[in-house]
Amino acid sequence: MSDFNIDDKVDITDVVCPTTFVKAKVALEELDDGQILSIRLNDGEPVQNVPRSIKEEGHQILKLLDNEDGTYELIVKKVGD
Amino acid sequence: MAFSNEQLERYSRHIILKEIGAKGQKKLLNAKVLIIGAGGLGAPVAMYLAAAGVGTIGIADADEVDLSNLQRQIIHATKDVGKPKVLSAKETMNEMNPDVTVNTYHTFVTSENIRKLIRDYDFIIDGTDNFPAKFLINDACVMEKKPFSHAGIIRFKGQLMTYVPGQGPCYRCVFKNPPPKDAVPTCKQAGVVGAMGGVIGSLQAMEAIKFIVGQGELLTGNLLTYDALKMDFRKIKLPHNTDNCPVCGKNPTITELIDYEQAECDGAL
Repeated sequence: MSDFNIDDKVDITDVVCPTTFVKAKVALEELDDGQILSIRLNDGEPVQNVPRSIKEEGHQILKLLDNEDGTYELIVKKVGD
Repeated sequence: MAFSNEQLERYSRHIILKEIGAKGQKKLLNAKVLIIGAGGLGAPVAMYLAAAGVGTIGIADADEVDLSNLQRQIIHATKDVGKPKVLSAKETMNEMNPDVTVNTYHTFVTSENIRKLIRDYDFIIDGTDNFPAKFLINDACVMEKKPFSHAGIIRFKGQLMTYVPGQGPCYRCVFKNPPPKDAVPTCKQAGVVGAMGGVIGSLQAMEAIKFIVGQGELLTGNLLTYDALKMDFRKIKLPHNTDNCPVCGKNPTITELIDYEQAECDGAL
């Protein structure tokens, strides 16, 4: 975590697909080009699908950290406005 | 304004779209659309715009719900017969989406009230069923510099066009004056298939949504016609030169609104 300068955080463990991606996407829209978002997400379907969907939107996945409590921390760099 | 989790879920199919996203959904929630006529066209427009989360929807209509309306005016139910259409429409919209503020105007639009009425809104929907109202809406929108969607339906046919100030012809550029009284039958006299309102009204809702989010091409400078029996859509390019139009042209001769006389409906029908 400390490797990155996190600009904003969003927790998507309280919603289910497709709202998981939607919530992450909305958080990314609030950021500027190059800023970094940390996304807390659940194991299983979210961790399989959300990083892929974010990548498809053109953003850069920097790291996926296992919190070892059934959740992950996905570090994303926003690309574009 | 931040979205609640419930809003993220409700509007997820919009937000996922690259052309709409969170920004577009916020524009929709901040937008104000006035629908004139809560009938065959206004019903689907109101329902789709309410479902889409258009934050403020005005609806103007002087009539009460009649049993004969229910074949096409899907915003009203059997229990609403006798109720003002604007009230019945508001109830349906509120049930669909509590995010929407619905303003009701239980009145006919006239030269006296229309300019003030449309001033508060970003986009106007003409869902009326008669020529005097259509010309009144056009002229008022030109004078107030408001974009609007015109549409008309009868029998198995429908048409629509979109006017945006400075971006092509207005309704009067194309149709100079109302037709002579009784030259064109009303829906009451001629009949109309209920789904026609659904087809054309949904297209009007789509135009409003595109205008609000600022995406795609609008039906400006074109008239779209639909013939359901032949299953034929035609997009007719309209003359671009609006200079000689009596209302939106360079030297307008119509500078005040006109209340044309409405054709008498044959009461026996």
